[in-house]
Amino acid sequence: MNKTWNNKAWFMVLPVLLIVAMNAVVPLMTVVNYSVQDTFGNNVFFFEGARWFREVLESERFHNALFRQFSYTFIILAIEIPLGVGIALAMPRSGVWASVCLVLMALPLLIPWNVVGAMWNIFALPDIGLLGYTINAMGIDYNFTSQPISAWITMVLMDVWHWTSLVVLLAYAGLRSIDDAYYQAARIDAASRWSVFRYIQLPKLKHVLTIAFLLRFMDSFMIYTEPFVLTGGGPGNSTTLLSIDLVKAGLGEFNLGIAASMSIIYFLMTLLVCWLFYTLTMQGEKE
Amino acid sequence: MARIDLSNLAHSYLPNPKSDNDYALTRMNHTWDDGGAYALLGPSGCGKTTLLNIISGLLRPSEGQVLFDGKDMTDLQPQDRNIAQVFQFPVIYDTMTVYDNLAFPLRNRHVPEAEVDARVREIASHLDLNDALMTRARGLTADAKQTISLGRGLVRNDVNAILFDEPLTVIDPHMKWHLRSKLKLLHRQFEHTMVYVTHDQTEALTFADKVVVMYDGQIVQLGTPEELFIKPSHTFVGYFIGSPGMNVMPIELDGASAKLGGQTVSLPGAAKVKAGDKVELGVRPEFIRLDAKGMPVTVNKVEDVGRQKIVRAQLEGRNIAIVIGEDESVPTDAKIAFDPKGINVYANDWRVELGA
Repeated sequence: MNKTWNNKAWFMVLPVLLIVAMNAVVPLMTVVNYSVQDTFGNNVFFFEGARWFREVLESERFHNALFRQFSYTFIILAIEIPLGVGIALAMPRSGVWASVCLVLMALPLLIPWNVVGAMWNIFALPDIGLLGYTINAMGIDYNFTSQPISAWITMVLMDVWHWTSLVVLLAYAGLRSIDDAYYQAARIDAASRWSVFRYIQLPKLKHVLTIAFLLRFMDSFMIYTEPFVLTGGGPGNSTTLLSIDLVKAGLGEFNLGIAASMSIIYFLMTLLVCWLFYTLTMQGEKE
Repeated sequence: MARIDLSNLAHSYLPNPKSDNDYALTRMNHTWDDGGAYALLGPSGCGKTTLLNIISGLLRPSEGQVLFDGKDMTDLQPQDRNIAQVFQFPVIYDTMTVYDNLAFPLRNRHVPEAEVDARVREIASHLDLNDALMTRARGLTADAKQTISLGRGLVRNDVNAILFDEPLTVIDPHMKWHLRSKLKLLHRQFEHTMVYVTHDQTEALTFADKVVVMYDGQIVQLGTPEELFIKPSHTFVGYFIGSPGMNVMPIELDGASAKLGGQTVSLPGAAKVKAGDKVELGVRPEFIRLDAKGMPVTVNKVEDVGRQKIVRAQLEGRNIAIVIGEDESVPTDAKIAFDPKGINVYANDWRVELGA
């Protein structure tokens, strides 16, 4: 074959390359820059090596924020994934009600993060909020502004309310794509409802659930706006998640080196977990 | 193992059917014998699968009843009817091994594990799945998956009937023949009532004792392959079965003879038809002889298909096909004669019995 080699086509990629460089690579590099240097103003920098990284990794504060972050992500995944699949299974397969359910489910997803935070903040206030007032009226002492447990429950409830729909929609789409013949065969084979779920629906949902898990993991691991608007990280530091701590360090205390190295550690952790999860699921696929 | 009765059965997918056109299946009464092998044959969209799903219980007929051995099954769910069904495309449980797939219908019915094992191994050996029993079903080829589906259909030996919905569509041609003869063998061994849906006449004729030809939502003929060939009861059967299909020509009846354009054909007997009916003569290509005397035809083309030749000719301005032996030659001024054995008369597409 006689092909004409013409590498000019590479120029076509140039605009994209420039855009990505300007809005992703360059900002990221400034973070890398800050993470290994120190400054006392006047744009004078001193190279500090791995000092900030060591300090971050050894600090109690970082450990606590990290622990809270993992707890939060674990709790909301453990609730949202099973709940989402359960709701998707209970939704009608077709007809008017299927559309009604889908629209209802999609609604929370359309609300901006800070609005969700503000909504729940007011909703859960013990003196004027519907939820907070009702709970207290039932005789339970509940005040998310002063009790860490209450704050956590409210924060988790808010995330479940906001994001379970995403899992529902993904799982519902996955369920719809299962051919009717599978259900028919299962009826002929006298499979129980549980067997249908275990041997037909769950295996077919594997891919969408992988996506749902990844999306919810990343979103919740990096979540900032909603808990910040709701509790501002308090009471005390009890709801200070990694991202809130990062903003405190960077913008509140102006510890640029600490904040930058935290950002990189944060970024690498997200990347690592996603990569691990993806590789493990896809490996199971190849067997 | 059961006799299947379809009593006044009709089905429409519409909630309030009015005319015949609204019905996917028009009213029918049929009895299928216990232990018979039936093939449901017809073009796509004629209602074969609808009828099959009604028998298995996946679909509830809008009118009439389904009876197994005289017992009304109409309102029972598939799992309570004790039937097996194999679908057009492979349905397997991916996460299970081949063994567990085959054992699934038995285990769901709480069959003792020793018996499950014996049944699974027997069916696996019939279908050459023995070596693959412990592998996961997911990675297998479409052929193998469909073989597993077949196996799941055959694994229970007490079923009332086994229903096949074009089960060999995804199978390679050389495997098709092999699996079909396996099914035939298993049928003889266990004497299940088997119903086999297909649009492939070769498949129907080789598999079944009785072929049920469906057309436009109704059963137009139920008979042995021979009956379908010699006495097609509907012009559609004549056209659908046989290659090439039956020659159907409009005629005018005159007692025991028929006028076909300018020619006169003598019939084996007189036919009674109502005035205004569309009357046609049906003769299969195999029952037309090239002869020294008879009706003159214009030969257009001779196709040599191996063991025989198909002559495409024109008789009184209509295209007809004639099958002749491999060694016969075709004279330029060919004349033809109809074998009286193969002459059928149709009024409004339905066969009319010829009187003496």
